[in-house]
Amino acid sequence: MPGMAAILRLAALALLLAFLLTPQSFAPLFAPLTQYGAPPIYDQGNLLTLALAHLGTVCCAAAASTLVAVGLGILVTRPSGAQFLPLSRTLVNIGQTFPPVAVLAVTVPLVGFGEKPTLIALFAYGLLPIFENTIVGLQTCPAAVLEAASGMGMSARQRLLSVELPLALPLILEGIRLSLVINVGTATIGSTVAAKGLGEVIIAGLLSNNNAFILQGGLVTGLMAILLYDALAGLERRICRTAHLD
Amino acid sequence: MISLENLTKQYGATAVVDGVSMVIERNSITVIVGTSGSGKSTLLRMINRLVEPTRGRVLIDGADTTGEPAHLLRRRIGYVIQGYGLFPHRTVAENIATVPRLLGWDEARIRIRVAGLLSVFQLDPGAYAHAFPHQLSGGQQQRVGVARALAAEPAVLLMDEPFGALDPIIRAKAQDDLLDIQRRFGTTILLVTHDMDEAFRLGDRVAVMSHGRLLQYDRPAVLLTRPADPFVSRMTGISDRAMRLLSLTTAGEAALPGASDGPAVAASASLREVLSELMWCGAESAAVMDADGTRRGRLTIAAILARGRPG
Repeated sequence: MPGMAAILRLAALALLLAFLLTPQSFAPLFAPLTQYGAPPIYDQGNLLTLALAHLGTVCCAAAASTLVAVGLGILVTRPSGAQFLPLSRTLVNIGQTFPPVAVLAVTVPLVGFGEKPTLIALFAYGLLPIFENTIVGLQTCPAAVLEAASGMGMSARQRLLSVELPLALPLILEGIRLSLVINVGTATIGSTVAAKGLGEVIIAGLLSNNNAFILQGGLVTGLMAILLYDALAGLERRICRTAHLD
Repeated sequence: MISLENLTKQYGATAVVDGVSMVIERNSITVIVGTSGSGKSTLLRMINRLVEPTRGRVLIDGADTTGEPAHLLRRRIGYVIQGYGLFPHRTVAENIATVPRLLGWDEARIRIRVAGLLSVFQLDPGAYAHAFPHQLSGGQQQRVGVARALAAEPAVLLMDEPFGALDPIIRAKAQDDLLDIQRRFGTTILLVTHDMDEAFRLGDRVAVMSHGRLLQYDRPAVLLTRPADPFVSRMTGISDRAMRLLSLTTAGEAALPGASDGPAVAASASLREVLSELMWCGAESAAVMDADGTRRGRLTIAAILARGRPG
């Protein structure tokens, strides 16, 4: 029932905003989770600032993943780039299978602590869904449509930009959405190398044995992922409807 | 005029098209027929260079097209394929405007041309210009495909099984429409099909291909009466070749002077249709009438039967 889903979505958004803007009003809820008079609400930084920094890191990484994965997907579906498909697929798969924590361990000595190693880890982790969806989208364009486009006299570039990419767009957007949502959760590990983000809250909880902090970090991250997924799915539907790609 | 000179396409050691030379007259419909795998589509696709020839060349109005960039060549050659390949994310009007846009026509000229083509193809601009391909019937999609191919007024139109996906009634209508369009625009049409009836119905000249070779290229009547190869007879069909021959001549062409008290038939009807009508009515002769109702002459059963014999 769409009405019900919309209400739930709005309620989740309201809950998230209320918590980020006035965390102290939720103190009584979290108090039972603390021991020995520890603070029930994270007090070592502003939760809203952390959430925005978290989202910022994820979006930057997703933008870079999108550029590289879509570019690579286009390259390997051209006749001239087809020979790079196995190699590209291997590289992208390594990006997905190499644990982000290990990427941090490898990159910190190279680029130092902070945002940079996190961005690199998220970038590598987010490539696969976008890359694979781009390839499927481009490879499943109807053969007759492509033949007609070439037969009308479109150059390879015109055909790509005005026929192939628009037809692949729904799948590419879906890949970007998956990648973003996966990385909203994954980005929490960035806090182990001093990137600003919601991981800080969870780590602070783990260090001080404060379950309230752990729950807060986890809940905010989870709510953000769900809301982002929904919002992007809605955006996709709207784009596809205006472009008549359904 | 299109001249194909020794056109050959090889994949490895296999020649899919093997040394085909032919001259396609301006303002005519030429039909290439053959079984699947005969190389007929490859031959067609070498003319707009969707397939690069291994050897040989294509001349359009005497000019060699080999040096011309393929995508520029294709913009002046219309192309219609089975399944039409309409762009699903673009409206009917945008689909038709594809080549004019590529050629950089101004918007006003494109609008006029699109509206003109929609009415030529019996698609009400108000209802269909902004429709999307998936909202159209098969017959309408086919018409949009042809309209799109003709949008930039190409002198040459290539068609690869353009009616293959239509049911028989709509196909007959589409074939009649194509004959009209050809007369109206004077386009030189080269059409590929595996359907001999379609070839005989549309073709001023018919080329029969088998295993990459051009077996015979001539007027349909010559294919029937003087087949160059047993395969050509098999393609044209032996059992009903007399009836096929009759279907190639109109009553107007065969009419003899004199009056008849038999049924009236239109001058545009084929002899096959006239014979059928005479059998049905039990009459010995028919009166041939022009479209304006004047008497053209008469046709007897004996005269019709004589036309069904070779030589």
